[in-house]
Amino acid sequence: MDAVQLARLQFAFTIGFHILWPTLTIGLAWFVTWLSALWWRTGNTVYRDLMRFWLRIFALGFGMGVITGIVLSYEIGTNWAGFSRSVSNVIGPMFLYETLTAFFLEAGFIGIMLFGEGRVSRGAHFFACLMVATGALFSATWIIAANSWMQTPAGAVADADGIFHVVDWWQAVFTVSFPYRLAHMVCASFVTGSFVVAGVSAFHLWRGTHPAASRTAFSMAMWMALILTPTQILLGDMQGRNTMDNQPVKLAAMEGLWDTTKGPAMTVIAWPDMSEQKNLYSIDIPHLASLYLTHSWDGEVKGLKTVQPSEQPNVPVVFFAFRIMAGIGVLLLATAVAGLVLRLRGRLFSARWFHFLAMGTTPLGFVAVIAGWTVTEAGRQPWIVYGHLRTADAVAPVTAGAVTTSLLIFFIVYNLLLAAFVWFAARAAIKGPADSAPPSAEHPGLDRTNVRNLASSYTSSPSRQPVGGAGHAGA
Amino acid sequence: MIAQLLAEHVPLLFAAVAVFCVTVYVLADGLDLGVGILFLAAPRDEDRDLMMASIEPVWDGNETWLVAGGTLLLAAFPAGYYVLLPAFYLPIVFMLFALIFRGVAFGFRLQAKRFRLVWDLAFAGGSLLATFCQGLILGGLINGVPVENGMFSGGPFSFLSILGVLCGVGLVGGYALIGAGWLIWKTTDFTQIFAREIAHAALILTTAMMALVSAWSAWSVPEVAERWFTLPNLLFLAPIPIITAGVILAIWRGLWGTWDPRTFLLSLVLFALGLVGLIVSLWPYVVPRSITVWDGASDPQTLHFISYGLFIILPIVLAYQAHAYWVFRGKTVHHAGGYGGGEAQP
Ligand code: HDD
Ligand code: HEM
Ligand code: HEM
Repeated sequence: MDAVQLARLQFAFTIGFHILWPTLTIGLAWFVTWLSALWWRTGNTVYRDLMRFWLRIFALGFGMGVITGIVLSYEIGTNWAGFSRSVSNVIGPMFLYETLTAFFLEAGFIGIMLFGEGRVSRGAHFFACLMVATGALFSATWIIAANSWMQTPAGAVADADGIFHVVDWWQAVFTVSFPYRLAHMVCASFVTGSFVVAGVSAFHLWRGTHPAASRTAFSMAMWMALILTPTQILLGDMQGRNTMDNQPVKLAAMEGLWDTTKGPAMTVIAWPDMSEQKNLYSIDIPHLASLYLTHSWDGEVKGLKTVQPSEQPNVPVVFFAFRIMAGIGVLLLATAVAGLVLRLRGRLFSARWFHFLAMGTTPLGFVAVIAGWTVTEAGRQPWIVYGHLRTADAVAPVTAGAVTTSLLIFFIVYNLLLAAFVWFAARAAIKGPADSAPPSAEHPGLDRTNVRNLASSYTSSPSRQPVGGAGHAGA
Repeated sequence: MIAQLLAEHVPLLFAAVAVFCVTVYVLADGLDLGVGILFLAAPRDEDRDLMMASIEPVWDGNETWLVAGGTLLLAAFPAGYYVLLPAFYLPIVFMLFALIFRGVAFGFRLQAKRFRLVWDLAFAGGSLLATFCQGLILGGLINGVPVENGMFSGGPFSFLSILGVLCGVGLVGGYALIGAGWLIWKTTDFTQIFAREIAHAALILTTAMMALVSAWSAWSVPEVAERWFTLPNLLFLAPIPIITAGVILAIWRGLWGTWDPRTFLLSLVLFALGLVGLIVSLWPYVVPRSITVWDGASDPQTLHFISYGLFIILPIVLAYQAHAYWVFRGKTVHHAGGYGGGEAQP
């Protein structure tokens, strides 16, 4: 492999790994914020226990998001120097605004969110949670704006050296694909979060542990899922039609459509053969694709052959990734509807098979997100800035050897990280909400500051045992 | 006329903001990297618990300045970004790996019961490696970067130099000093005594390396020597080393003093002076000795767009970051009950 392919592989791997954590934390942050508000307003300790419990899992995911994200912001320079040189005037400010409005907001309040309960008032804790959750949304907004500009560039012109100059910021940030992509991504995070909460709660319902908290959380999650999964599918359909207008070749690859056709069929499954430029073993449903893409029986949809084979993306990758995502969408919708039926019959908390099913859906949102981004990014090839800058011209002057070394280390390190995360998150999840003190109390008697306790610290015993009574009293 | 003046001075303004971000990063992350460097030297596990707890609420905010520096460079001085990052490919990725290890240690060490040592090592080793890599980059910057046609033209190891190694060791000493100062301020009793003792070693190392790095770069990089040792520069610049020496002396004499924040604050001053010295050596380049602040700046309309963020949002950011430090003010101590029973304390 040459340096270009290695750099692509490395970037795809590291960003694909990163996006798992925002996907988890965007949803969970709002869930925790909601629980914090409920605890503040009602004083019901079930909400407090649930909040502390989900805070702990959130904290693990947030940490992973931060460190893998820092990698990305530097990788754009180390691996994609040609890209940064060409588009820095456009993309740079968006990343900078992401840092200023989102990362700093999150970083400024995450300490209070995680460790501040008991140190600040309940209302102030809720406010900190709200700021962190808002920061996560701002972050998604800016980064999706940057990505959408790469998909459907506007508001900037390239000079003779290939350097882009912005002529209209409004157009550059709010490109035609941006609203669809943002809505679809944010909704994806909420859907994923709902099924994570549902899965973990279902586990405790199934085992009969922490019944009160688990019922509350399971019920909330299934309501969310019921509202969000159809919304997600609707948003996906809208985004697909937007893609048809702006990146017809990508859409053709998603559909496995080779020839421009009036009233195209939906290809349920097939093997798209790029060398023969046709589908093998395909199962089609006539006119269906025309219905959902053009909303008419005989609408025209452009095929892959409108461009040279060398200008086509890797069709099987796009084709199958799209089917994985959409298939999961349908599966999650079915689960949410089944939950509604059970609820109406009063069996939501007792149907054990359903709890089992809910546990199984826990990782599916993540798989769909990765598949979705694969469609988006691989479908855009061979362009990095669609129609303007080719991926091959975007790389940095670094050697294949250096990239291989770092890729290998990334691969090992990230897999270790994932294993450690799964280990600790699963342990916290299995332990469940009831006895979960806030993260700060995991440690016997560790307080993060407390001037008033100064006098009593360490005086009686410097061992790991808590030192008598100082904390509560506030001495 | 005015437009001309603006065009000349606007890049300077943004350069000042960039320098400001780097300074905040070095001072803020310096303190928690420093605590990490000292981590394994601490005599007891309780000390380590306290050391980590003292930086836990703020480390994320500190590290965000690294991202701010990177994205500001991309937005305001892209030439610095796409030339320097490939040039320092290996030290940067290893710094990132190191930051990953120490970052996850925050989350995982607390939860770990059996393999604590693994996370202790990850935290301390990560802090040490990240700092050393930053030193390598610093040394490479002073040495200069090979550039052809506006792109980096060296190999994967062209960053490597004796100066870089010296800077790496010096930075380890310097961050350790800041970290020790922080611990003197934030802890009490045994942990504080440990911090006071280790601060001596850190100060000696820092002083020695500062002297060595200055001498070595003056000797091996003619542009640096010329900047410092020709008249009239010599006269203007002489106060920098003299004040530096004074600050070092003041730190040394205050190590056992009664006002706890003293070492920490003075070591920040020491670092700020070091940065002033660095700027004197490198001015006015974004990419040393090839791309200046004026040549490397991005489009005027891009600078205009980001100026709202830098001059309106950044001050707000500083305010609530200060607030976060304020919420967690005072000493970090062990106490009972863990958690004040979930009730708000006045
Ligand atoms: C849909 C949302 C989304 C997407 C597409 C991305 N990120 Fe991200 N990122 C987040 C949502 C997010 C987040 C949820 O806001 C995180 C997770 C934890 C955090 O602090 O913010 C985050 C963290 C995070 C951080 C650490 C910030 C800190 O220090 O607190 C960096 C540097 C990046 N990201 C950079 C990137 C880059 C360069 C991306 C693509 C090229 C990217 N992210 C894709
Ligand atoms: C039947 C259901 C779904 C449909 C029809 C659908 C449709 C689409 C389409 C057309 C794209 C391509 C965007 C492009 O052209 O750039 C896409 C991308 C994506 N999808 Fe879906 N989607 C569905 C379900 C899901 C689910 C369940 C998730 C996650 C929980 C998800 C997450 C994503 C993500 C993260 C992307 C990439 C980001 C983006 O460009 O928006 N999708 N989806
Ligand atoms: C966070 C969600 C994202 C995911 C999961 C993702 C995933 C991917 C994948 C799978 C590839 C490989 C495609 C291929 O090689 O054929 C890729 C490529 C790439 N993406 Fe993304 N992407 C995301 C967002 C972004 C954003 C926000 C940017 C930049 C602003 C970006 C820039 C790139 C670049 C530079 C490449 C390399 C060139 C290429 O091979 O396409 N991506 N990404």
